[in-house]
Amino acid sequence: MRVRRWTRTSKVFTGATIAIAALLGTVPLLFETDVVQRLTNLLILVLLAAMWNALAGYGGLLSVGQQAFIGIGAYGTVFFAGLGVSPYPAMLLATLVAGVISVPISLFALRLRAAQFAIGMWVIAEVVSILVRLDQNLGAGTGISLIQLNQYAPNFRQAYTFWLALGFTVIFLSALFLLLRSPLGVSLQAIRDDEDAARSLGVHVAARKRLLFVLAGFGCGAAGVLIGANTLFIEPGSIFSVQWSAYMIFMVLVGGLGTFEGPILGAILLFGIQTTFTQGGPWYLVGLGATAALFALALPRGIWGTIEERLGLRLLPVGYRVVEMKSEERAS
Amino acid sequence: MTIVNAVLQGIFLGAFYAVLACGLSIMFGVMRVINLAHGDIAVLGAYVVFVIVQSTGMSPLVAFVVALPVMILLGYVLQLAILERSLKSGILTPLLATFGLSIVIQNLLLITFSPDVRSLGGNAGAITTSSWQVTSGLSVSALGLVILVVAVLLFGALQLFLSRTRAGWMMRATAEDADAAELVGINSRGVYARATALAVAIAGLGGLFLAIRSVFDPVSGPTQLIFAFEAVVIGGMGSLWGTLLGGLALGVAQTLGAHINPEYSALTGHLLFLAVLIVRFGGGRVSLRAVR
Amino acid sequence: MTLLRVDRLDCRYGLLQAVRGVSFEVAQGETVALIGANGAGKSTLLRAAAGAHKPHGGRVIFDDIDVTSMPAHRRVSLGIALVPEGRRLFPSLTVEENLRVAAARRGRWNVQSVLEVFPLLQPRRHMAAANLSGGEQQAVAIGRALMSNPRLLLLDEVSLGLAPIIVDAVYRSLAGIISEGTTVLLVEQDLTRALNVAGRVICLLEGRIVLEGEAASLDRDRVVGAYFGLKRPA
Repeated sequence: MRVRRWTRTSKVFTGATIAIAALLGTVPLLFETDVVQRLTNLLILVLLAAMWNALAGYGGLLSVGQQAFIGIGAYGTVFFAGLGVSPYPAMLLATLVAGVISVPISLFALRLRAAQFAIGMWVIAEVVSILVRLDQNLGAGTGISLIQLNQYAPNFRQAYTFWLALGFTVIFLSALFLLLRSPLGVSLQAIRDDEDAARSLGVHVAARKRLLFVLAGFGCGAAGVLIGANTLFIEPGSIFSVQWSAYMIFMVLVGGLGTFEGPILGAILLFGIQTTFTQGGPWYLVGLGATAALFALALPRGIWGTIEERLGLRLLPVGYRVVEMKSEERAS
Repeated sequence: MTIVNAVLQGIFLGAFYAVLACGLSIMFGVMRVINLAHGDIAVLGAYVVFVIVQSTGMSPLVAFVVALPVMILLGYVLQLAILERSLKSGILTPLLATFGLSIVIQNLLLITFSPDVRSLGGNAGAITTSSWQVTSGLSVSALGLVILVVAVLLFGALQLFLSRTRAGWMMRATAEDADAAELVGINSRGVYARATALAVAIAGLGGLFLAIRSVFDPVSGPTQLIFAFEAVVIGGMGSLWGTLLGGLALGVAQTLGAHINPEYSALTGHLLFLAVLIVRFGGGRVSLRAVR
Repeated sequence: MTLLRVDRLDCRYGLLQAVRGVSFEVAQGETVALIGANGAGKSTLLRAAAGAHKPHGGRVIFDDIDVTSMPAHRRVSLGIALVPEGRRLFPSLTVEENLRVAAARRGRWNVQSVLEVFPLLQPRRHMAAANLSGGEQQAVAIGRALMSNPRLLLLDEVSLGLAPIIVDAVYRSLAGIISEGTTVLLVEQDLTRALNVAGRVICLLEGRIVLEGEAASLDRDRVVGAYFGLKRPA
């Protein structure tokens, strides 16, 4: 018997994924600006879903407050641009700030049990939101525009934003992918499956969770930066809204909690729903909420998780497979 | 407004938070579940009372008595349809399911009632407007006093229920060891359903007070949930009287914050909550060893 | 008359099979002891009979009624009561509250008569269960089960964690209960006590019955051999 990481399916699919990423790079050159904007939104959703899954699916951390980092990313960009930094470097700085801020927060947040962690993060988001509202330089309660982006013509601006989104998505997904393939990653799966057993095997549960938390802090900060760049106007009411958490929960629960491919599927689904129901309003939100609750109760593994379980399918090689050796191989 | 008056108003506000938090505390105490839709259920209660008031012209307080059976029924449905299933699955499932429910309730309310902000303060009559000037700096509002008295009576009644009645013992027994409770003939499903029904009914009372003392709209729920949860945590999770004290502490923190700057009121409450969390859980040395 | 019949019972914990196809009967008025090493499946069997563990297969029949899917609290009203392993009292409730919270059926047992059988509890009537000693807790646990005036009393390791003197006292009280005609099925680690108190003995090993017989007529060596799964010399 041999332990293999790659199957033919996963080799094909990984190759396809890399090709798709490269192909996506050509999108701004091929499509109208408003299409590019919508596809940027899709990438943002993929990023958010992947990050929330990193927290909840692999770390068992249910956060209802990631909008804190989204807002920090968005307002961070405004802040640095206001200081005179060029917009796109300001975006990178803001992402960095969001990630760095997650470190001290993790020191106490990670000690909290499930419900306290969930609502504690939400309260932290509310606190940041209030602090922003109190700051006139950041537009207070009415919001602020990223006027520095006006120096670019709209189609160039949208293209740069799209490429930045693509870059962030590729980077964070790759980081997560490599994390899961590393020895650290196996221990993460173990934590997800049984925390006490993992701890008794010497797995440093706390350090692993911190890594996921900080990664999610960076990732959600990046998403916030992109949301700001993609919509040009941000206001505390919407950027710090718990609605973002609702979207993340929906995407991950429906797509597949704890799987790598699931959140991507969930993001594509939400994107499809949003595009179809632009006039939906409250009814579509009722649908989202009810679906998320139904999946939590009846299909906890999500669509992808269930498929994976039924078919034994893994498209991206994050796991291990035990393979029976063929007789010719055995003889040698 | 002197500081003493700010504290006094904080106590009145805190009593309201305590009533709001009571149901959340009961569900956590009995089932270890935090119902993320709790605030929305309180707001739903406010709308039920509102509908009764609009169609019959009753006083809101009387309308609440009529609304009570509806809330109790709702509690049973909530437990049997949703929470019971989620209890079996894991720690995260109840949070996720109730979060989804929260979104559903908010948006169904939006569809049914429009986003308009409403209030039942006007319908409640003299109680909303009366107040007494105790001294030049202190004023006591009739409504604040009523809510405070109701809060104390409510917690007192619950305490008596839990310590002196067999139904209360059954609830405590099931909370402490549901398995052993079943083995001595206690129907744990029934106990849980009763606890949820009680929690939802009391949440409705919180909604009534929200509607009278202030305004409400379909999306007011999450704010009430956060305040209720903060009250429960500040007072100590799992302690009934702690929830009352936590509510009072939260109210005072908020009014003191508002005393410094009106925009600070929610902020000081949040900071108190975070401080309590840090002190209770965040201590200890952190190892910054490189991750292996 | 058969009071309890267990028919090809199969109990699992996830993938672990704790009870494998066990069948036996307990007649009314009998005292049967389940013995066996740790992990043999005795507690699981008792819990399945009481309704605290849902079997994977097989049936539990009480007084000719199939109770296999009946929840535990309903079995109490039929007359089955389990004194669980580790006592499992409600810590914040007092002795009296622990007794009163149990569902009561009409019969000889009530708070007063329970306290008469366990006089050591009288002065501790209003003490929280968490503050009781091990022996006192065991007494309350048995008393609590008696409150439902059970026809079948199930006892899981009542001697566990108690000093021998206390266990003697517990078994003396039990003897009184048994002599009144209650059918008893008990799990007991202590072989001597088991053979003393029971009329019949069933030995389990790795989830299966390996020995069954009258306590008086069983050879002790045979019992020990079955207990440990030792093969008899050819």
